[in-house]
Amino acid sequence: MVRLEKLIEEERELMQRMARMCPSFETHPWVEGPPLSQRRVAIITTAGLHGRHDRPFQLDPNDFYRVIPGDVQANDLVMSHISAGFDRSAYLRDWNVAFPIDRLREMAAEGIIGSVADFHYSYNSPSAKVEAAGAIREVAGLLKKDNVDAVLLFPV
Amino acid sequence: MPTASISLVRMHTEIIKPPRALWVSFEMGHPLGPPDDAAFQRRVLITLLGMLEAPDGPLLEDYPEDEPETSDELTVLTCPVYFAQDEAETGETDQLEAAFRREMTALRPWYDMGVAKRQRTNVGVSGIELEALGDFIYAFVRGEEPENPRDDIPLAYTLKFAVEDLKTYYIEGITSQPGQAGASSQRLFDWFWDETAAGKVLLELKKVCEASTDDKLSQVGGHFIVPMEVALRKKD
Repeated sequence: MVRLEKLIEEERELMQRMARMCPSFETHPWVEGPPLSQRRVAIITTAGLHGRHDRPFQLDPNDFYRVIPGDVQANDLVMSHISAGFDRSAYLRDWNVAFPIDRLREMAAEGIIGSVADFHYSYNSPSAKVEAAGAIREVAGLLKKDNVDAVLLFPV
Repeated sequence: MPTASISLVRMHTEIIKPPRALWVSFEMGHPLGPPDDAAFQRRVLITLLGMLEAPDGPLLEDYPEDEPETSDELTVLTCPVYFAQDEAETGETDQLEAAFRREMTALRPWYDMGVAKRQRTNVGVSGIELEALGDFIYAFVRGEEPENPRDDIPLAYTLKFAVEDLKTYYIEGITSQPGQAGASSQRLFDWFWDETAAGKVLLELKKVCEASTDDKLSQVGGHFIVPMEVALRKKD
């Protein structure tokens, strides 16, 4: 993000308050995979993206994610993230700034990565709540069934 | 499942310690960097993907490149209706409404051209037609509570998404004017909040929502319509 010293004081304080809500973990699992050129890559974004006709996101503690099909086109996706605190103007001009699907498709065509997943996933915001754990495991299971072995995580 | 993450707030990532994270100095909202710069985005992605082949972790690396500076002094964003601004300054609600309506109408051809050129729009989240968007939002400013056009989400959220549709309409429209496609996010932000009647309407809307007895309207309208920086600056 813009370096902390460039934020106004209130925004910096907000980041510090959020830091106190960040979970830390006792273990640090490390999973490896095949060479990049053989990997199947999926995107998980917290930009609150979803299909134009999907239900928009709300601050609902029991509603965690939306599914984005791999063949999605730019005009199929909209953003319903609740926050007013990040720049949307770049995304409005080029969806790749938050959801770099065109770049991944190019890299798959060039053989830099093996392939792009059939499904990608979107959350409304990064949630550190324990209630989200089930939904995250659910998505991990779906990614495995899609033979994904590389997940790229993009915040906003 | 092997993962690699972009980190925007380094101090948060330092606590969470995900397996592989690449901290970037970019503005929140664009974890891959600037729009319409495929080469830049590709360099970020290649670095991130490369971390998947590291032998052990957790890893937190700093991406060496900042987003390029844009030469904003050369870009003068003009809303096509200057008089809208003058009338909005008088502070009278009906004049603000008139200025707002004229501004929205004047932006329409630019918005339509932007959609045709980009073959996409993010307008439409609220489900309210563009022609009805101004009426719906302004009704709240007048102290009315319009009927919720949707039955799947509460009125407060319909309003929130209508507000985002409005901001999107302005940004997609103004960036399709000649020479504005590359305007910086900061310039667009300042333009919307300081120079348009729509920005003034949303500041009024925030006040109305904050005073509402509807908890959701007060929460959503109070916190998620006007960015914190603007709310603090305009309060002074």
